[in-house]
Amino acid sequence: MKKHLAFTFLSAAIIAGTAHARDDGSVRIAIDVPYEPFVVRAPDGELEGFEIDLGNELCHRADLECTWVEQGWDGIIPGLLARKYDAIISSMGVTPERERQVLFSIPYYNTPSVWITRRDRDIDIDDRDSLEGLSVGVQRGTIRDDYVTQQYRDVLDIRRYSSSQEVANDLMTGRLDLSFEDYPLADETFDFTSDDSEFKQIGDSIKEPTSIFGKGAAIAFHKRDGELAEKFNEALREVYADGTFDELMHEYFDYDLSLPIAIEQ
Amino acid sequence: MESLMNWLQAQLADNSIFTLQTLSYYGDGLVTTVQLVFLSLIIGLVLAVPLAIGRGSKHAWIRLPIFFYCYVFRGTPLLVQLYLIYYGVVFVEGIQDTWLWVILEKPFVPALIAFTLNTGAYTTEIFRGAIKSTPKGEIEAARAYGMSRALMLRRIVLPSAFRRALPAYGNEVIFMLHASAIASVVTIMDLTGAARFVYARFYAPFDAFLFVAAIYLCLTFTIIYFFRHLEKRLLAHLKPASG
Repeated sequence: MKKHLAFTFLSAAIIAGTAHARDDGSVRIAIDVPYEPFVVRAPDGELEGFEIDLGNELCHRADLECTWVEQGWDGIIPGLLARKYDAIISSMGVTPERERQVLFSIPYYNTPSVWITRRDRDIDIDDRDSLEGLSVGVQRGTIRDDYVTQQYRDVLDIRRYSSSQEVANDLMTGRLDLSFEDYPLADETFDFTSDDSEFKQIGDSIKEPTSIFGKGAAIAFHKRDGELAEKFNEALREVYADGTFDELMHEYFDYDLSLPIAIEQ
Repeated sequence: MESLMNWLQAQLADNSIFTLQTLSYYGDGLVTTVQLVFLSLIIGLVLAVPLAIGRGSKHAWIRLPIFFYCYVFRGTPLLVQLYLIYYGVVFVEGIQDTWLWVILEKPFVPALIAFTLNTGAYTTEIFRGAIKSTPKGEIEAARAYGMSRALMLRRIVLPSAFRRALPAYGNEVIFMLHASAIASVVTIMDLTGAARFVYARFYAPFDAFLFVAAIYLCLTFTIIYFFRHLEKRLLAHLKPASG
């Protein structure tokens, strides 16, 4: 009986302790460092990057005292479940497997995919009939592969490669007409945004449908912290609505990774 | 046919990897592999017969280039040859503007060229060895009959050489089938290409490659059976006489 009582007190104390962390408005946020340009450790030891700025802005709006906790990717969800921190803002993509374990905020960004072709080519990606017989290079087994396979297998000749460098090579020599690639990766291998590049983007950047490209990256919370998640959702809607998100985004990226549609829902 | 499809569908109902969709990738891959291997073997064989005869020529200007060709293609990995031909053709000045590009643009023909030249080199060596080991007595007998060189080749040397080369050539056919697995590095969706796709799509390397290994086994079995049958027929005279 005594033992039982002691246990009750102990659990009460623990529950009170964790509740206390919430009551004073302090929130610990885990992030996996580095992931440029989302987060890097600056030479002076401070964390900086897009997600650090965004996270601080959200905390400011929600009137919370936030501290950042550096955490390796492998243990980042177990750490949250063990209450080592209260949230994860670390470019974590929403997946059904993760949704079973944690509570996600509304997604705040998703990297787009782009159609790339040679600068001297003139292809209208929206005119489906004109694509008949053209070839497209993708990396085998990626979501880009899924997308073209699902949407374009009847018109395009789909060729699957092991790396995006090989795709660039065959696009260069004229063996391929098109490539469909992840934006940051395409920027690196095709360098299509610079003026003297051999390649260019055609059509819009693509993030839909979410059944293929995923819902995007979201903040992860402990399942029981619905209230905290709601505060962050509120703050996210605010930064999207008043343009703060765009401002932050353009500071770090020259492309659009915002998810206005997900935010509105 | 329809009941077969229904049966297949029922069998696959609980399977998340081997759906009709992925099986169709394997099916297309099988067709591509068989086409690629069959065509390269046929063309390689046609190429190898005159080359094997020329390889034993008295004239150095015939003999040496053939020796050099065999040496190069037997002396380098097939993968390297495939890369050189696939990526090499684009460096030919202005090739993109000629009709040749229409066929070289797709990965199939460059791979076919690499495979053909490779198997051609090996087959040449196999036949040369068989021609060289023609019993002296057969040649002398042919000469005694007053046969010309061409007639002797056609009637005596080649038929017996082909018979002797058969077991070694059967091996070459099987090697070629297995070597064709590298076609997927230049984006051809052959059997291995299909397996790599399924592997990348479902992160299930074991299932994907085990399945494709079983298909290769079946193909190899067919080849072995075919050559055994051929040997039985053509080499019947070499069997010990039964009492």
